[in-house]
Amino acid sequence: MKKSVMLGTLAASALLAGFASAGTLDDVKARGELICGSNTGLTGFGAPDANGNYQGFDVAICKALAAAVLGDANKVKYVPTTGETRFTALASGEVDLLVRNSTWTFSRDNDLKLDFVAVNYYDGQGFMVHKDLGVSSAKELDGATICIQTGTTTELNLADFFKSNNISYTPVTVADDSEAQRQYLAGACDAFTTDASGLAATRATLPDAENHIILPEIISKEPLGPVVRHGDSNWGDVVRWTYYALVAAEEKGITQANIEEVAASTNDPEVKRILGLEGDLGAMMGLDKEWGKRAIAASGNYGEIFAANIGEGTSIGLARGLNALYTQGGLQYAPPFR
Amino acid sequence: MAYVASVPKESFRLSMLVYDTRYRSYTIQIAVLILFLAFLGWLLNNTIVNLAAKDKDINFSFLFQRAGYDIDQQLIPYTNDSTHGRALFVGLFNTLIVAFFGCILATFIGVFVGVLRLSKNWVVSRLMTAYVETFRNIPLLLWIILVFVIFSETAPAPRDFRATDEMVAAGQTPAASKIFFDSIAVTNRGTNIPRPFLDHPLGHVSVLDVPINLSVVAALALIAVCVWINRRLLAHAKAVQEETGIRPVVWWKSLLILFVPIIVFLYALGFHLEYPELKGFNFQGGINVAHSFTALLIAISLYTGAFIAEAVRGGILAISRGQTEASYALGLRPGKTMRLIILPQALRVIVPPLISQYLNLTKNTTLGMAISYLDLKGTLGGITLNQTGRELECMLLMMAIYLVLSLIISSGMNVFNTAMKLKER
Repeated sequence: MKKSVMLGTLAASALLAGFASAGTLDDVKARGELICGSNTGLTGFGAPDANGNYQGFDVAICKALAAAVLGDANKVKYVPTTGETRFTALASGEVDLLVRNSTWTFSRDNDLKLDFVAVNYYDGQGFMVHKDLGVSSAKELDGATICIQTGTTTELNLADFFKSNNISYTPVTVADDSEAQRQYLAGACDAFTTDASGLAATRATLPDAENHIILPEIISKEPLGPVVRHGDSNWGDVVRWTYYALVAAEEKGITQANIEEVAASTNDPEVKRILGLEGDLGAMMGLDKEWGKRAIAASGNYGEIFAANIGEGTSIGLARGLNALYTQGGLQYAPPFR
Repeated sequence: MAYVASVPKESFRLSMLVYDTRYRSYTIQIAVLILFLAFLGWLLNNTIVNLAAKDKDINFSFLFQRAGYDIDQQLIPYTNDSTHGRALFVGLFNTLIVAFFGCILATFIGVFVGVLRLSKNWVVSRLMTAYVETFRNIPLLLWIILVFVIFSETAPAPRDFRATDEMVAAGQTPAASKIFFDSIAVTNRGTNIPRPFLDHPLGHVSVLDVPINLSVVAALALIAVCVWINRRLLAHAKAVQEETGIRPVVWWKSLLILFVPIIVFLYALGFHLEYPELKGFNFQGGINVAHSFTALLIAISLYTGAFIAEAVRGGILAISRGQTEASYALGLRPGKTMRLIILPQALRVIVPPLISQYLNLTKNTTLGMAISYLDLKGTLGGITLNQTGRELECMLLMMAIYLVLSLIISSGMNVFNTAMKLKER
């Protein structure tokens, strides 16, 4: 009897421990800090700048989220995660969300018990090679040695691509982008493969960028987006709609610079709802009225974030392409704020 | 006597469990055991409950699913269509091969350095001290990365080996060339060594999907038989020597027995070497040894060798000086004294620490992940874990495998230790 009581108590306390982390939104508010799983260093997407502050396209989402939930875009702690450690870090509760160019796949969504809440970058896998290798297509890479980051979908895509084209390769698996870059530059591999955006970011940091080309083939679909734990729908909604607020802001022409002006003068009911001037959308997901306004004010709308971090004006120089708004032929589309 | 018999028979009371020294130790042991089991139970329960809260289960069926990724170094056939279970074995064999060669190399280095460290030659003994202190006081991971970076940054690229038509016409030679009679190519990707090749091989049999090369089995069997015959010959020579005092001349018979059969056998099968050739991007043909393997092997052997050297030195110092003096008095020279008198006795002291060094070396191979060596940690604990998301299962499996591996090594070494032990009669 005594034994079963003790085991019962243990089980109950373990259950409580399990459920205590169920409400991530409450945890974040109570902590007063957002813990954001970030890249160990991918220029343009998530990397520390010269002062050690994290900057980038993915990082901007963390900032917008911190602004929406906590009212301060700087109340974010960035936890660098590798391709191998990221999902474990999220599943174990070490980070509140992961914004780290992670591909949305069926098995990650279902088997790993994660929820991809949105797609902030539509990407695809490509190859980068030295120009003097004389290769102009990925199909000419028969027999090549290829550097590949382990623990990623790219590893599987690579195997599939070479298999379907009936050519062979030697894989060199590396733990992160910087090691891949070192090995690629040392010539330990002929080609480096990862998401095309990552290749562009890596190429931008090379001292002799003009001697490296990104091959035209895009061999996979890589929808990258923020990830939260499965089973915490409220937190998932907060992340999803904070992101969509940024997209909607671009659509409606709300920028970091003109947000106060727009808030004072707008007659558009949807803009009013996003900025918290009308209705009470924030309360529906456990935030205050002005969450959307703060999120947009943090680093600007989606288009501004894109242009500032990875757009054509930066050294990375990515075109909007699939990531343009749907009104401009892209795939970025925010559901109605209503 | 009557006094003893008259002691009243004490009945057992519950308080005796605490106050009676006869029972107290049992009470304490049982209490500790219960607490320990309760702790284990709590851990287990906590795991199960938390897994249930995350809607996860413990399931090993992923081992039978398609792996989908490639491994560059494979000792058993493997493609990306193979299962995660097979990838596990590929990784396990990669671990074992580094551990195997690592133990041998480290032992050679360790014995050599350990003996030389006691040398009377000041320069030699100081050099060895410097080696031991440098290697064992810097973390192994740094050595592994250093060796790997040296290999991959300093070796020439495969294209440097190429002689284009213009270069031949201009009378130029390529920037790099193969070493050892034009047979071994060291590039920044790996080392290409010649591969033994048979024109008329005996074929393969497949056991559990692992092809076993009959030619190799036959060659090994032949060598074993030759060695056995040679030992019989030497035993016979010894018997003759003890009987008559004259040792018959056997060295040429030994050579004949040891080498002629295997040479004839290989010749009959059409043995030759296949040399690596530059084709396309890389060297083709021959065996490609990745730098991750070479670097890991070198670093781990040098590192563990430093520890073994200390064990060897300690073992030698444990043998009393009188043994050496007695040996000198009998007219044995220092080299023979070391080999015949000191080392055999020192082994008894050396073997136990040697076991733990072998275990360390085997477990340290997991550090190969820093240089992308796909051992068990790289396949099962790395890519498979990531692609399937089965952290707990992969970790448990990996721990179990390393545990079994370590137990096998230590029991093997314990058998050796028992054989070496001072025989007490």
